[in-house]
Amino acid sequence: MPSSAVPPGALRSGPVAAVTLWWGGRSGLQAAILALVLLGGFLLGSNTLANMERFGITPGFAFLGRPAGFEIGEALLDYRPQDSYALALLVGLLNTVKVALAGCLIATVLGVLLGVARLSGNALLSGLVQGYVELVRSTPLLLQLFFWSATFQALPSPRQALNPLPGVFLCNRGIQLPAFADGRAGGWLLAAIALALALALAGTVLRRRLGRRDALSGLSVAAAACGLPAALLLASGAPLQVEVPELAGFNFSGGTTVSPEFSALLVGLVVNAAAMIAEIVRSGIQAVPAGQWEAARALGLPRHRIMRLVVLPQAMRVIVPLLTSSYLNLTKNSSLAVAIGFPDLVSVINTSANQTGQVLETMAIMMGAYLTVNLAVSAAMNLYNRRLAARGAR
Amino acid sequence: MTDGVLQSAPPLTSPRPRWQRLWAGLFGTPLNAAVTLCCLALLGWVVPPLLRWTLLDAVWVGPADRCSDAAGACWAFIGEKLRYILFGFYDQDRQWRPAAAGAILLALAGLSGMPLFWRRATLGLWLFGLAAALLLLTGGPAGPAVPTERWSGLPVSLLLAVVGLVGAFPLAVLLALARRSSMGGVRTLAVLFIEVTRGVPLIAVLYVATLLLPLMLPAGAAIDKLLRAQIAIVLFVSAYLAEILRAGLQSIPAGQYEAAQALGLGYWQSMRLVILPQALRTVIPSIVTLAIGLFQDTTLIIVIGLFDLLNTARTAAKDPAWLGFYDEAFSFAALIYLTVCVIASRYSLWLERRLRRC
Repeated sequence: MPSSAVPPGALRSGPVAAVTLWWGGRSGLQAAILALVLLGGFLLGSNTLANMERFGITPGFAFLGRPAGFEIGEALLDYRPQDSYALALLVGLLNTVKVALAGCLIATVLGVLLGVARLSGNALLSGLVQGYVELVRSTPLLLQLFFWSATFQALPSPRQALNPLPGVFLCNRGIQLPAFADGRAGGWLLAAIALALALALAGTVLRRRLGRRDALSGLSVAAAACGLPAALLLASGAPLQVEVPELAGFNFSGGTTVSPEFSALLVGLVVNAAAMIAEIVRSGIQAVPAGQWEAARALGLPRHRIMRLVVLPQAMRVIVPLLTSSYLNLTKNSSLAVAIGFPDLVSVINTSANQTGQVLETMAIMMGAYLTVNLAVSAAMNLYNRRLAARGAR
Repeated sequence: MTDGVLQSAPPLTSPRPRWQRLWAGLFGTPLNAAVTLCCLALLGWVVPPLLRWTLLDAVWVGPADRCSDAAGACWAFIGEKLRYILFGFYDQDRQWRPAAAGAILLALAGLSGMPLFWRRATLGLWLFGLAAALLLLTGGPAGPAVPTERWSGLPVSLLLAVVGLVGAFPLAVLLALARRSSMGGVRTLAVLFIEVTRGVPLIAVLYVATLLLPLMLPAGAAIDKLLRAQIAIVLFVSAYLAEILRAGLQSIPAGQYEAAQALGLGYWQSMRLVILPQALRTVIPSIVTLAIGLFQDTTLIIVIGLFDLLNTARTAAKDPAWLGFYDEAFSFAALIYLTVCVIASRYSLWLERRLRRC
């Protein structure tokens, strides 16, 4: 109750007063509840330890150093069955991060396009998008993943592979894509892209600081951001030959292969999340009052500038918090990988827990990993959101 | 539009009739016409094969070998396997029991959607209905008991979703109140539970319930696997429900709290009689959305080896006599989920409009 909650004198500042204010009143009740929770935790914990002893399992994280002994279908790191459990778990975590990052990126692009299409004046287009959104939102994600998994498995064999784009082949062994012949080229390219992004960011900030658009034209920033890394890349002599996959015998050689499991998971997650993001974008744009459109039009702004300068900045304040939660959902939903055979974190954890019996430790690692990823994503998005909110308040 | 003077803007409210606006949207500009043609081409590419598969070339009755010759869907498979997909391994001659239990659960959910039933007496109806459904499923009071390993199919999906939501309610109310309480210790506990639960996927919670929970019990004690999944779902849902209820509590103006206090009501009395009834009413649409998600999420029990509707549909296509009709099985399951969820979301939209009116 508010009246009894703040004891007189709590308004003084200082650490003691802050703690008193936080604690509130009803010390007896609170202590009883806390004691009850602690007692419950202690009972469950001691039961667990007793049971582990009964089964001959030593509690602790020593098992992480032991060899895992199981294969992992695809790994970003160099992993073999004789490597440790720690490495196996890391491989699983990286697989989860990989599918989540790729999924968030593609789903955002697709979702924004669909959201705008939904709002277009074209009744046929917006009807199609609405049907898609409704179909995706009314069926379980796991069912959709089973469907995509079955679809990728039903693709023809490598000899009759589909060839939708030059150099891209679809078959039941996965998606074959062109890739750099030299493995190091990808690293160089990533570094160049990172440099370009950093330059573009620095240029934009500099332009803002200078306060004058003409002092440093956008064109020169763009030229510097693209040209400099490209020149460096060419000058470094990095091996940039692209290799196209070719049919050799019963399978493809050259290029790179995206496994059917990863493809099914990524497509399923993207199709699902894009429907959610489309709805978020639509509701965000619709949340901007019609008066804003009319005022901007009265000022004589053309339509695309109304969108960019007036509507989108205001819509973003509605969109960003919702977008955060759909990114978090996608990350959590990637755990459904275990049902279609992609070795994500949950799948590796499950295998490890069954092999070692170290259930408590593996479950703690799994919860900890998801909580860390979640907290990191929401912290980053909150930072961005605060900037947006601050800009609105100014 | 380009010269930027006021007169160049078109009138803001269009006086043109509806079909003219529709036509302008479809073919008004070259871009719109191109988009429309692309959409038509897409439809022309997708719809005819789909129609041929589902209807024209489909096999509706007959044995499995007739299906393997046909190019279309094999709905005869669904007809043959209907009882297995709906009720799974439940005793063949007593499948009226899970059917009745499922009907009771659906009826309870449907009735609770009507504003007429938003009263305290409905609580008694729920207790009675849930008890009856469970009694039917267990096989009692007459006849041999049916172990939960044989409970499967649609009734299990409904049971997990309905009990998950209803069971989460008391805990969620306590959590929401605790999170808004001025008592720091209790508030911290609530925040910890809610944020940790919302931060991990349901599959993780299900694994904890299947693998870790048995270890946490004293030696010799055991909890049924289905019950463990149900407990996991209740705990998981309560965190989400608590956040929805908290939003409802926040939407109640401070004057209501003060008025309840001025009437001399204590904390629990004012919550029970004044605050919660109003808060609940404002968040019913959000709860319906949560329920739709929950009904879909019950499919995740597949990963711990339980048999819900999706799993029975999937395993039906593993029968050697009817091998590999996955498309038909998944389509049928999707149709059931689609029906339930579309009805629920339409209801939610209707409810939102109605609540805004009064």
